Amino acid sequence: MSDPPALALANVSKSFGAVRALREVSLELFAGQTHALAGENGAGKSTLVKTLAGVHRPDSGQVLRGGEPVTFASPADAQRAGVAVIYQEPTLFPDLSVAENIFMGRQPRATLGRIDRGAMRARAGELFARLGVTLDPEQPARGLSIADQQLVEIAKAISRDARVLVMDEPTAALSGNEVARLFSVVEALREDGCAILFISHRLDEIFALCRRVTTLRDGALVATEPVSGLTHDDLIRRMVGRDLGALYPKQDTRPGEVALRVDRLTREGVFTDVSFQVRRGEIVALAGLVGAGRSEVARAVFGIDRWDAGTVTVAGRPLPAGSPTAAMGAGLALVPEDRRQQGLVMELSIERNIGLTGLRSLRRGLTVSRAAERDRARDWALRLRLKYGRLADGVGVLSGGNQQKVVLAKWLATGPSVLIVDEPTRGIDVGTKAEVHRLLSELAGQGIAVLMISSDLPEVLGMADRVLVMHEGRLTAEIPRAEATEESVMAAATGTGRAA
Amino acid sequence: MGRVLRWDVLVGALLVAVFAGGSLATPGFATVSNLSFALGDLGEIALIALAMTLLVVAAEVDLSVASVLGLSSALVGALWDAGLAIETIVPLVVLVGAACGLVNGLLVTRLGLPSLAVTIGTLALYRGLAYVVLGDKAVAQFPPQYTALAVDDVPGTFVPYPVALFVLLAVITGVALHATGFGRSLYAIGAQEQAAFFAGIRVKRIKLLLFVLSGTVAAFAGVVFTLRYGSARADNGLGIELAVIAAVLLGGVDFDGGKGTLGGVIAGVLLIGLLRNLLMLNDVSTEIQSVVTGLLLIVSVLTPRLLALVRSRRPVLKGSS
Repeated sequence: MSDPPALALANVSKSFGAVRALREVSLELFAGQTHALAGENGAGKSTLVKTLAGVHRPDSGQVLRGGEPVTFASPADAQRAGVAVIYQEPTLFPDLSVAENIFMGRQPRATLGRIDRGAMRARAGELFARLGVTLDPEQPARGLSIADQQLVEIAKAISRDARVLVMDEPTAALSGNEVARLFSVVEALREDGCAILFISHRLDEIFALCRRVTTLRDGALVATEPVSGLTHDDLIRRMVGRDLGALYPKQDTRPGEVALRVDRLTREGVFTDVSFQVRRGEIVALAGLVGAGRSEVARAVFGIDRWDAGTVTVAGRPLPAGSPTAAMGAGLALVPEDRRQQGLVMELSIERNIGLTGLRSLRRGLTVSRAAERDRARDWALRLRLKYGRLADGVGVLSGGNQQKVVLAKWLATGPSVLIVDEPTRGIDVGTKAEVHRLLSELAGQGIAVLMISSDLPEVLGMADRVLVMHEGRLTAEIPRAEATEESVMAAATGTGRAA
Repeated sequence: MGRVLRWDVLVGALLVAVFAGGSLATPGFATVSNLSFALGDLGEIALIALAMTLLVVAAEVDLSVASVLGLSSALVGALWDAGLAIETIVPLVVLVGAACGLVNGLLVTRLGLPSLAVTIGTLALYRGLAYVVLGDKAVAQFPPQYTALAVDDVPGTFVPYPVALFVLLAVITGVALHATGFGRSLYAIGAQEQAAFFAGIRVKRIKLLLFVLSGTVAAFAGVVFTLRYGSARADNGLGIELAVIAAVLLGGVDFDGGKGTLGGVIAGVLLIGLLRNLLMLNDVSTEIQSVVTGLLLIVSVLTPRLLALVRSRRPVLKGSS
């Protein structure tokens, strides 16, 4: 390989406050090669992608384009240099057509500066033909599947003559067929001479698609090596840096009576015939791809959304549909997926947020007792080892991990018998992540039934007594701890495995 | 908001300044009889502002309040003409106001429509109904023992009855907003409705209640207005929703919800009342009074944002070395 790399990072470091997101990381992407980037959540993958995309500027080190140092002051600079990033969830203009989205800001012109719609349509058609996919350029972007939206983004990138394509977890929300189609598109681009950086949590995809892999851990480069000499375990060891067992402290517990029973629960068009139960002292994981309907089931069980058919029973008592208040009364708690919108009121203080679930129990006479509210917050802050200045501080000043602890505190303070946690460790640092895992394990040990939704496979495998897997709105497998492996869970999640 | 430069404190200071300035510059302003009149003149706006504060804190708004007041006034006139006793009329009319609020609330909570749009619609609708009920005639000749209730002072004080009622209701509203779970819920709903709903707060039920409350208070204010002027007309209280909202925003309640204190609103109401009174004493036309109300509204929305902008600039400048 005598040509210089199409795009490279040389000893790039980037810090955000005290957090060192990237430490002297180097990476070389060659034309006509697909390169994988692996690492756990928080390893620095996103920061690296954003550095390539011109969103972040390195504190030190260089970005090289064709061997020459370049400075990307903005995403527009990176685009002009031929770097395109395809994100997991594309952001198209929903009311514009596919063709209009592709040529946004660069529409072909006819006389008098009018937009030449015919030419635009034809050129969009050519692009899709080149990619070997069929999409109607006239169709509005609204209503396209995520897979199709990604293809529109890829077509947009090619229309700008992008020579470097960065794909940030493009398959996370795709079904098996869609992944296969995306792979053939990526192959076509590679043969065309594009340099491709491919990020995925699914190791199989890395092995199937990529020639070399770079692994990051805690912001530092672990290795860059050919994929051919590696096994799954090798790669996991590089990502995690220790054995999985030690990371996940799930205690063995003897499951008690059934705390939560969900029976043939259906919400039309979202999930169908979902049945499962969670016993006291058990951690049950709900795995599956993004969009499989896991969070939607949790939302329905907790009463956020209504369900159309089926029943939810808590400790033998049926729950009415569509009432979070009733669900709370029955002993349910939900730590939701979206901390900033659903978990916390960002404008309010730590103590007010923790108090929000206990407005009744904090009442003395007609009014809320501030002393009781503060005691409740202080007590739980201590138990969860929350790092904070004052309890009256806005919850927005806390780090992501500490914010998550406030959400946990807010719900644990209600004394739940069933705790549902949706992506409990997404976007939080490794240390806090371990604390959350220890906490969930302790809670199960105290006889709480825990239902954990997680897209983090090592977390699912390390924490769960049983793994339920959803695929396209249906429960496709129930796998006991002993039989749960990445392969068995992913097979069920992508719909290629055995039926439940 | 900073620790020292709290908006509601600022408005309070401004109130003192306007009062001092008015006393010096306008003869006849700082007299017991004028202030008592000014307070009385403010009664309906003040009453409605209480309910409006709760709504705006919860990130909703009710623009139909002046029309409900007008409808209530028209109904008082029509029912009095029809020979009903005031004691029967008042509960009936207040009930109609509650129903008006219920319609607003149901449209907002059941159909998910924005309250701004819904209540602009019902602003026109309820005012139209007021004309249907009474046409453009006026009904006067209410017995003096009732009209006196709306203007006379509580014996031994210079506080008119409506103002005394306002003080009582303000205390109740203040406690409800700042010390009860209900109040905590309103702030949570206004700041982040989803998170409030996820925390088991009955968001829709609470909002419905607020709209019913707003309609009820507006209708009652219509009764007070009618008796105070001794005249029931369909166009009574035309446009006072703007003064109410100006007072609430001036008091430091964020139009986007989740922020503000009742103390600030009361300062805002008084400030608007004093300004209107000063303008009146100086023979400024009602058109100019309306210009002042409009300007106050804009200033009160703009200033906190400008302040926030100035504050956020500083660390940015420091950080981007």
